[in-house]
This record gives sequence, C-alpha cells and structure tokens, in this order.
Amino acid sequence: MATEILMPALSPTMEEGTLAKWLKKEGDAVKSGDIIAEIETDKATMEFEAVDEGVMGRILIAEGTQGVAVNTPIAVLIEEGESVDDAATESKPAQVQAPSTKEGPDDQGQPGKSAVEEVKTPKPDRSPDYPEGTKMKTMTVREALREAMAEEMERDETVFLMGEEVGEYQGAYKISQGLLDKFGPRRVVDTPISEIGFAGIGTGAALAGLRPIVEFMTFNFAMQAMDHIINSAAKTLYMSGGQMGCPIVFRGPNGAAARVGAQHSQDYAAWYAAIPGLKVVMPYSAADAKGLMKQAIRDPNPVIFLENEILYGRSFEVPDLEDFTIPFGKARIARQGGDVTIVSFGIGMAHSLEAADMLAKDGIEAEVIDLRTLRPLDYNSIIESVKKTNRLVTVEEGFPVGSIGNHISAYVMENAFDYLDAPVINCTGKDVPMPYAANLEKHALITPAEVVEAVKKVTYK
Amino acid sequence: MARKPSLQAEVPSNVSKDELLKYYRDMLLIRRFEEKAGQLYGMGLIGGFCHLYIGQEAVVVGLEACAKEGDKRITSYRDHGHMLACGMEARGVMAELTGREGGYSKGKGGSMHMFSREKHFYGGHGIVAAQVPLGAGLAFADKYLGNDNVTFTYFGDGAANQGQVYETYNMAELWDLPVVFVIENNQYAMGTSVKRSTKSTTFFGRGEAFGIPGEQVDGMDVLAVKAAGEKAVAHCRAGKGPYILEVMTYRYRGHSMSDPAKYRTREEVQKMRDERDPIENVRDLLLTGGHASEDELKALDKEIKDIVNDSAEFAKESPEPALDELWTDIYAAELPQGSAEENA
Repeated sequence: MATEILMPALSPTMEEGTLAKWLKKEGDAVKSGDIIAEIETDKATMEFEAVDEGVMGRILIAEGTQGVAVNTPIAVLIEEGESVDDAATESKPAQVQAPSTKEGPDDQGQPGKSAVEEVKTPKPDRSPDYPEGTKMKTMTVREALREAMAEEMERDETVFLMGEEVGEYQGAYKISQGLLDKFGPRRVVDTPISEIGFAGIGTGAALAGLRPIVEFMTFNFAMQAMDHIINSAAKTLYMSGGQMGCPIVFRGPNGAAARVGAQHSQDYAAWYAAIPGLKVVMPYSAADAKGLMKQAIRDPNPVIFLENEILYGRSFEVPDLEDFTIPFGKARIARQGGDVTIVSFGIGMAHSLEAADMLAKDGIEAEVIDLRTLRPLDYNSIIESVKKTNRLVTVEEGFPVGSIGNHISAYVMENAFDYLDAPVINCTGKDVPMPYAANLEKHALITPAEVVEAVKKVTYK
Repeated sequence: MARKPSLQAEVPSNVSKDELLKYYRDMLLIRRFEEKAGQLYGMGLIGGFCHLYIGQEAVVVGLEACAKEGDKRITSYRDHGHMLACGMEARGVMAELTGREGGYSKGKGGSMHMFSREKHFYGGHGIVAAQVPLGAGLAFADKYLGNDNVTFTYFGDGAANQGQVYETYNMAELWDLPVVFVIENNQYAMGTSVKRSTKSTTFFGRGEAFGIPGEQVDGMDVLAVKAAGEKAVAHCRAGKGPYILEVMTYRYRGHSMSDPAKYRTREEVQKMRDERDPIENVRDLLLTGGHASEDELKALDKEIKDIVNDSAEFAKESPEPALDELWTDIYAAELPQGSAEENA
C-alpha cells in the first residue's frame, strides 16, 4: 500500500515552508529514521525523517519549492515491488487533519466566570465562628499558631514541620518553640539555608501523601522558592487531571517588620492571591490565626499562610475549644457600621480598626470587614455591606499596582455599580521600595490617618 | 544495514533469555512509540513542545529492571519513555499528547505533564531540575513512613548545572534519603554541548563534595545500566542514603521537535546509531546467543507496531476534553488518593 508523505509541521507555529532539498530520490529505499529531506522555515532549516519504510515512489514537490503548506503531499512512498503508477491511484493520505481549534476562548472559556454569576448576591455566611458563651482565653498570635500546629501534629502523624531554625533554635520568631522537644527531630526538621531545595522537598513529600508545614523564616526568602510554590505545588493537581493532590502549608511572616529595609519588607498577598491552585490566608487576630491554621493543615491543597511579625506578640481572646477551625472564604465583620465599608486583612486590620475609632468620634460609623482569606475571597460579604453603606475603602500594606484592593474595586464595580455613591479608594503602601530611615519608612507604610482621610473623601465629609 | 558485530555478543550468565527479551521489547516499544509521536506531531495532531527519547531507551529500561512495587519515579519533560517503561498504557500517553480526554491527565497536562498514582510515576516536569528536589521529597516521605521504597529521580546534563540540584544533594545525604539520582547525560543541553557549558564534566563526581557515592555507566548498554542500578538501589534500600548514576547516553533526535540540529554533525548522530544503538545491541545478543530467531523478533516487532498503531488510533479518536474540564481539578475537595496510608 502506498503512503503519501505530507509536508510536516516542524514547530508549533509553522504553516508553510520551503522544500529546500531532497536527500532521497525516486527509487531509493527508505528506512524509518532516514533523513529524506531538508525543510526550511522562517526560523531554521530542519531535517525531515521518514517514519515508515518503503521505496520513494514519486516526488511530488520539487526541491526549491517555496511556500509549501503544511500537510500538502510532497512524495509517495511505495512498498517494495509495487509500481509507482499503482501508487498514484491507490495512495491514501497517511494523516488526518488536526482537530479544528476554531472555537476561541469566548466560546469555551468563562473568563470572569465568578463575576458574571454574582449578579444577585447570595447571602454571606454570617454564622458565628464558635458558639455563644464559649469560654475564652487570652493568647498571643504566636501562641495561637504554635498551639494550632501542635494540635494538628498530635492529631495526624503525617503532619510535620520543616524550615530554617524551627527545631533546636526554637524558631527564628519562636513560633515553633517547644515543638522539637514534644515531637522529636523526625517531625520537626531543621533545614539548611536552601529555600528552593526544601520547598521542593516539602512539595515532593506532599505529593507522596505527607502533610508538610514549610516555614519560611520570612516570605521574602520564599521568592527563591517561588517556582516550587507556583509550578510544582499549585499546578500539579490540574496538570495531572486531578490525580496528584498537594496538601502543604507554606507559612511565615510576611510584610514589613520595622527598620529592616527593602529586601525584608514586602507584602506578597496580591502575588499569591493571583494564582489558581493556591489558597491564601492572612489572619489578623489570634483566634483567626489558630482556627485558620488548623484548617490550612487539614486542607488537601497548597495553602499560603501569611503571618506578620508585628502581630506575633499581640494578644487576643481565643475560644477555649478542643477543636476549633474556621472555614476558608468566610470574612468576619469586625465592627458594624452604616456609613462606609472598610475592607482589609492582616495587619491592615489594625490600621482599619484604629481609623474606625477615630471616625466614630467624628460621627462616621464604619463597617470593618476582615477578609481573613484572600483565596477563596468572600465577595458576598463585601457586596452585602456595600449595598448598605454605598461606600468602600480597601486597606492593605502591599504595593498599589495590582493590589487586592484593585481587584475588589473591579469586582464591586462589575457587580454593585449602582450601589456606589462614591468611587472606591484603595489605601495601600506607597509605590516605593521600603526605605530604612525611620521617618521615610513611616511614610511608606499605610497609616490610620490615611484611612480616615480616604473615608472622609468617599463620604464627602 | 550491516552493523559491526557487538563486542559482547554473549549474554552474561546471570541474565535470562526472558529478561533479555523483555528489555528488547520495552526499548522497542519506546522507540516505535516515539517515532509515531514524531509523526503525529508532523501532522499537527500533537502541539506545543514534544521531546522524544529515541536513543536513550536503555537508560530507563535498565533502571526499571531494578525497581520493585512501591518504588517511585520522577523525571523531566522528556518523559514518554519513562512512562511506558514503568507500565503506563501507550494509549493513555499518546492520547495525552494529542490533548484528548483519554489521556493520563485528561488532556490537561500534555507531553511534559503526565502522572500516574497507580504506577507511582510523579511526572513529567517542565521546569529544568525542578524534579530533583521533588524526587528527594518523595524519598523523604518513604523514609518518614519507614518503608524501604526507593525513588528514581531522572534529570539531564543540562539540569545538572541548576543550583537546586546541589541544595538537594546536600539534604538528601544529610537525611539519608533513599533516592537514586540518575543523570541522563545525552551530551547536549538543548543545543549546548557539555563541553561548552561545563568545566568539570564528570557529573557523578560532583556528589563527592556532599559525600554521595556515584559512578558513570554506559547508557547504550541496558545490561550495564541494570547492573549499576542494582548496586545503587541496594545502597538506598540499606538506608545508606542517595546514590548518583551518570548514565552516558545519546539522543538521536532534536531537543524538541522544533530543533534545527545545527550544533552537531549528521555523521556524529549516524555513527552513534550505527555502532552503539541500544536496541540493536540487545538484538545481536538475542540472535547470536541463539535465544531468539529472526522470525520471533519479527513477530515481536509486529506486536509492538500494533500496540503503537492502536495507541495512535485511540489518540485520534478519543474526544477532546469536555469544556467544563476547564474548571475542574484546580482544587481538591477531599484527601488526595494514594495518600500516606497506602505508602505506609
């Protein structure tokens, strides 16, 4: 049976090429793997190998021919003993056309899917995080995080902690203090200073079914490990068609500390929140830190848990429950009010609540929403509040371009435009690397006074 | 085509005829599969990047001969051979190449991103050297769970110049992780030869700085690969930590399908094919040793051809994934399958 040899596509984008040279002539025997021709594209000259065996029956396109479209028959391969003329009538194309790809993303993709389906806002989940009357205890964010990890390590043998100085040093910020004594070196693993290496090892261990907690001494250092967080941890479930889950928590302090300069002061919330496949948590209070950390460790997906060095030592009331978790995607109304909605998360909440106190003195009642998780994000709570207050200010420490506030503004504009009585204002850190000088640093960061000013603008006060 | 008789056309006494036939069959399956993949690429049925394993077959087939159930493997984007060698179905691999529902990743991964929990194949990774710490992490899990499984972590001479390899070497030896680092030295990192990229060219020797033993192996000889693999695996299973195998091999085809191959001569490639071909080598052993007749091998060739043709038909006929697949598998709702309990 004769086989047509078609003009090959030698790169993903090739549509046509020049048949530069034939290396086999009619009558030559051809073996699989033999180079039969040279094809020239706009980028390079490439060798074209035979796939089937036979005899070169007829050359249909002469060498030197330009603009030969991909899939054009260029020669006929016949079997030994077969005549070329038989071939001309009998030949059948050896290939089929590639499937049509003419449907564009408009037909199949649903960009902004979530946005479109939110025209009518479902009621947000306003159930309390813990039953009324629960006994409370006072603890710092640091203690809450430690207690959460310890409880989950007790509960599940596959949970372990790894990172720089988490063991013998007791944690660079003392989050893991005492855990080595309690759980031993098998489960509290000190690593060398090798961020990309241990982030990759942690991710591999998670793919194999363990539940690692990988501590970055600060998220600034996680930039060295970014490839594993994004390409290895976040995308593998999708790339494997749902086979390879990656239950891992990457945690550590994020954002500005104090007087440590540009390389150690950056809020990565918006970076990670941009990535499908990751979940992103950024708590403010100790209760949220505890409940969300326990939830993060149990989640079957990679979770980015963004802590804050300045908040570690702050004390809050934490429910004294045996097993306290907080679901992701559920914002907390930290303060009720009817004049303006302030949406924030992480340390931005400290500035927002302080601003709300200052505003109350001027007779402005702000509703302050703590998002707690940025992916999933509780859009419904924001919309519900904006419907009531008709004004929105977002507050975060990160850079202004491509911020979480930008995203929320766009979402609210698409889904609650008619409820807005003023443009949304995004309060963010300044668009500069963090300076060292004390006075400059103060100006680079978001302050309660700036939040107050923004609120006054949107309330036309 | 006439070939020089192999220097060692005698089957070592510790290798059975059946084993030899299996190696021949497995290598031939990879060769024919990859040729077919190249053909489908030329027809526009396979898109994007497609890296063929032709020439390197003895590496993975030799090492798979040392694996037991539960052992894991992970590699780079040149991964089709590894999948076939560990028992994944040709149909599922080919259909993934064509981006169809019947592919191992339902068409969502492509040539470079395929996985199989069942066969303990952990990908298929598109970022050069990223699979190295991931592979050590798989081994970390096995050690943590206290079993005696080993992880084969494959990477190329190109990846061997990435920094994360050395971070991983250090931790793997520090923690005695049961991982065999397999450097498939095919002598070209895309178009850059080892000589042009690397001052000290014995890659296995770099393990010495970390206390990891290693050796160089003839990767065109499946029996040599197997013998070295057994030594490496025994080292790992005994709890002595990682081992490095630098397997000297050669890829006949370009780095990917869109490779003009101007960085080496046609003669160099042809010489390798004529004199060192791993499949012809075993074929010689089978024939000269009287272990198989021409007719038997011909029948085997046909069997392989049928499997490959069947996989190509399946890959053409399998439908494209349903559009709602766009939105699935982004997050797992439950515990992933095959989690720790299975590995314990």
